[in-house]
Amino acid sequence: MTGRKEPRYVGKRVIKADALEKVTGAALFGADARLPGMLHGKVLRSPHPHARIRAIDCGKALELEGVKAVVTVADLPPFEEAKAAFGGELMIDQVHLRKLTIAHDKALFEGHAIAAVAATSPEVAEAALELIQVDYELLPVVENALDAMKEGAPLLHEDLYTDTLGERPKAPSNIASIIEGGWGDVDKGFAEADVVLEKSYETQMVHQGYIEPQACLASVDADGNVTVWVSTQGTFNAQRQLSALLMIPLHKLNVVPLEIGGGFGGKIYVMLETLAILLARKSGRPVKMVMTRAEVFRGTGPGSPAYIDVKIGAKRDGHLTACYAKMILDAGAFPGSPVAGAFMVGFAPYKMPHFKQEGYDVVTNKPRVQAYRAPGGTAVAFAVESALDQVAEALGIDPLELRRINAVEEGDLMTSGQKYNRIGLKQLLERVAQHPAWTQPSSGPNRGRGLALGAWQGAVLTTTAQVIANTDGTVTVVTGQVDVTGTRTTIQQMTAELLELPLELVKVNVVDTHSAPYTDLSAGSRTTYTMSVALKNGCQDLVAHMKRLAADLLSHPESKVRPEDVNYSNGRFWASRGSEQPSVSWREVAERSRTRGPLVGQGNSGRLPPAPTFAAHVADVEVDQETGKVRLLRYTCFQEVGKAINPQQVEGQMQGGAGQGIGWGLFEYYFYQQGKLLNPTFLDYRMPTALDLPMLDSVLVEVPASEGPFGARGVGEVPIVPPAAALANAIYRAVGVRMSRLPMTPENVYWALQEKGAGVTPRGHAPVSSSRGS
Amino acid sequence: MALRIPPRIPLRTTINGDPYELMVKPYQTLLEALRDEAGLTGTKEGCGNGNCGSCTVLFNGLPVNSCLVLAPEAQDGHIVTVEGLAKDGRLDPLQKAFSQHGALQCGICTPGFLMAARAILDSNPHPSEKVIRAGIAGNLCRCTGYDKIVRAIMAVARGEVD
Repeated sequence: MTGRKEPRYVGKRVIKADALEKVTGAALFGADARLPGMLHGKVLRSPHPHARIRAIDCGKALELEGVKAVVTVADLPPFEEAKAAFGGELMIDQVHLRKLTIAHDKALFEGHAIAAVAATSPEVAEAALELIQVDYELLPVVENALDAMKEGAPLLHEDLYTDTLGERPKAPSNIASIIEGGWGDVDKGFAEADVVLEKSYETQMVHQGYIEPQACLASVDADGNVTVWVSTQGTFNAQRQLSALLMIPLHKLNVVPLEIGGGFGGKIYVMLETLAILLARKSGRPVKMVMTRAEVFRGTGPGSPAYIDVKIGAKRDGHLTACYAKMILDAGAFPGSPVAGAFMVGFAPYKMPHFKQEGYDVVTNKPRVQAYRAPGGTAVAFAVESALDQVAEALGIDPLELRRINAVEEGDLMTSGQKYNRIGLKQLLERVAQHPAWTQPSSGPNRGRGLALGAWQGAVLTTTAQVIANTDGTVTVVTGQVDVTGTRTTIQQMTAELLELPLELVKVNVVDTHSAPYTDLSAGSRTTYTMSVALKNGCQDLVAHMKRLAADLLSHPESKVRPEDVNYSNGRFWASRGSEQPSVSWREVAERSRTRGPLVGQGNSGRLPPAPTFAAHVADVEVDQETGKVRLLRYTCFQEVGKAINPQQVEGQMQGGAGQGIGWGLFEYYFYQQGKLLNPTFLDYRMPTALDLPMLDSVLVEVPASEGPFGARGVGEVPIVPPAAALANAIYRAVGVRMSRLPMTPENVYWALQEKGAGVTPRGHAPVSSSRGS
Repeated sequence: MALRIPPRIPLRTTINGDPYELMVKPYQTLLEALRDEAGLTGTKEGCGNGNCGSCTVLFNGLPVNSCLVLAPEAQDGHIVTVEGLAKDGRLDPLQKAFSQHGALQCGICTPGFLMAARAILDSNPHPSEKVIRAGIAGNLCRCTGYDKIVRAIMAVARGEVD
């Protein structure tokens, strides 16, 4: 542990630890788990977006041969008063999670679970669903957040009162909370501005689009011990939620992680798991449940739609004087939209003398949203970065220059009001300024280039790992930290680096909740950053243990070596004094654990400050004036990554995030009519294909984070933040229309062009979900 | 009350060079037969209606969405799944290239992409980037943005991977 200057493994393109398993088809994902005697579970979902449930009759379903159990809300254990909140990125309280899992007295969105069946085959289970009779009383549908906020709007929850800093409101409301933040006096700031720009933006509900549908397998033994195999972003998170919903103590509830086929924030809450356990308990047999794609669209937690008003004031020289945003975020059926994320991200890259944000968390008859990669970030950046582009234009200042003039540095304020620690936004923008993607002119008719920034503060929470020295000299890292997409590899790299041992001697074992101490979920771009600190502590702890054993091995009868005189580097221990023996190897010391007890380093990330990250995306597009189709010609992602532990994987995160952001910007939306989703397939919910995207050039800028052994920052979230705005700005430069509503489909761009050109009144903007005029 | 379920029928087919005699439901898809009857879970279901390509296998040499093929259609057919790509303990160059180029992240779409890519190269050993992109356009990946997948296939096409 001498802090070698030239890293051997960190910063290298090490092949993924799980690559071989995944290219051979051997890796086991959620739907691949099976047990002898297992039953197949299916969920009856509400066809109505808002309905009171008068009665549920399961009698006929139970009569069908092969049906072994049917559960409804009546099978949930009675609710205990203590209210816990669960989260990760978006919090949900226990009562709401319970009601989200299975409808209580009301179905609150199309796809809300009403009942579940376990049967000997999927066919029988499906047939049984049709035999369950539900008596619904249809209620008026609250389609979007603006309607939900109107006076006299139908209420989703009769007991929901707006949470504000002011006094408790007298009447219930669909507005779950109103929050405010900022500093200074924005009115004063706008009065001082030479240019003030004010504009409204709208984004749609989108889905994370993980290719693996939710799946799980649950088994309950004769003593009531529950084991559940899942595809989840956090096993302990799932365990806590299940424990609270089902009143099972943690030591009788084991959550086993399978490979997770994509999550992006959407696999944080338990959904099927609760029902599968109830069915397994009732039937006495293991129960497997797998969602169909339509169920994934309707019944899981998509990304939040948003209405955002932005007002920005600036001086003639480009300095911002005041920034204001009002954000209305649609949480779906239960409170908890990513207002906090939107607050954190939108204006984060900029110095602002006066700053104010207002946020509304609003419930509607849609599925309860979950986190989606930098939750809240894409929508607010679409608004802020589009507006800033217009400010730059009004001032006659280059859009990159405007951002450089106002870019935050260490010591400036984050949107939370705390001070930034070490950040690299200036260096990032400097790199953009010199890069051909920016300096080479974008030429040709109907072509244009757009720039947008993104920020992500980075979640922290707690991360643990145990570093075990095996008796043969190899090392096993045991952790409950789920590998969403690459942390087994980076843990291996960082551990080998910290222990100064060959990479191939280190193996990472991601284990179930009964085999490792608590660790928080893998989300929020927190895993690699916090894990780097946990591993540093764990490796130091292990080496300290080993030095004590090494001291004995290095001692001889006349002269005893003290542990504090033992040094370690490159796989060998030696004494700086008191020993004639030159050194002992890692393996010789490790071998001693057969008689001297376990050699385990306990790693904990402790309390860390955030390690904020920034991205700048540059998009070149060509717009077909006749059809409105936007073609991507070139796309470059610049990102400040702290230290790339594995540059290949970091590029993969940047490209993947950009790809999702481009889909959000150009193609994707939930198409609702009267609360019913009309496009619950990948054919109609249009995610980018290989033909839609160019190569996604990625440029890594490294400014080490303030904390951590290598300076790594979280890299996963921020690349989804800029794309929609970068594309909107590019479209403007190409054909002169400012798009204020996502997605920028050919239809929407076409009508915007018509509107600009001929004063044609736009009809049938797709999607038309808001009552707000365009 | 019992659900009327038609009886199973025998399916004789070759999977990855091995003879299989399976009893399948007449309405079962090839995907379900592979996963549930033959126990070959490397082929994945992402959507079940032919939109995502995760279940791509080679059927008599051509790439198909196995969720859109009825199992009985595979009678006397030759199926290659991801489990059959490596031969005699040697990985297919595509499997190596995907690993080396970081062309997979979560890995759920990887088997489908490998089979689609195999089909591209089998019909055209030196495809352009455009041909490659068209050839995998029926396969959705949500993690990579396709960049590294395209590069991995191009590397194999250029003979950079043995």
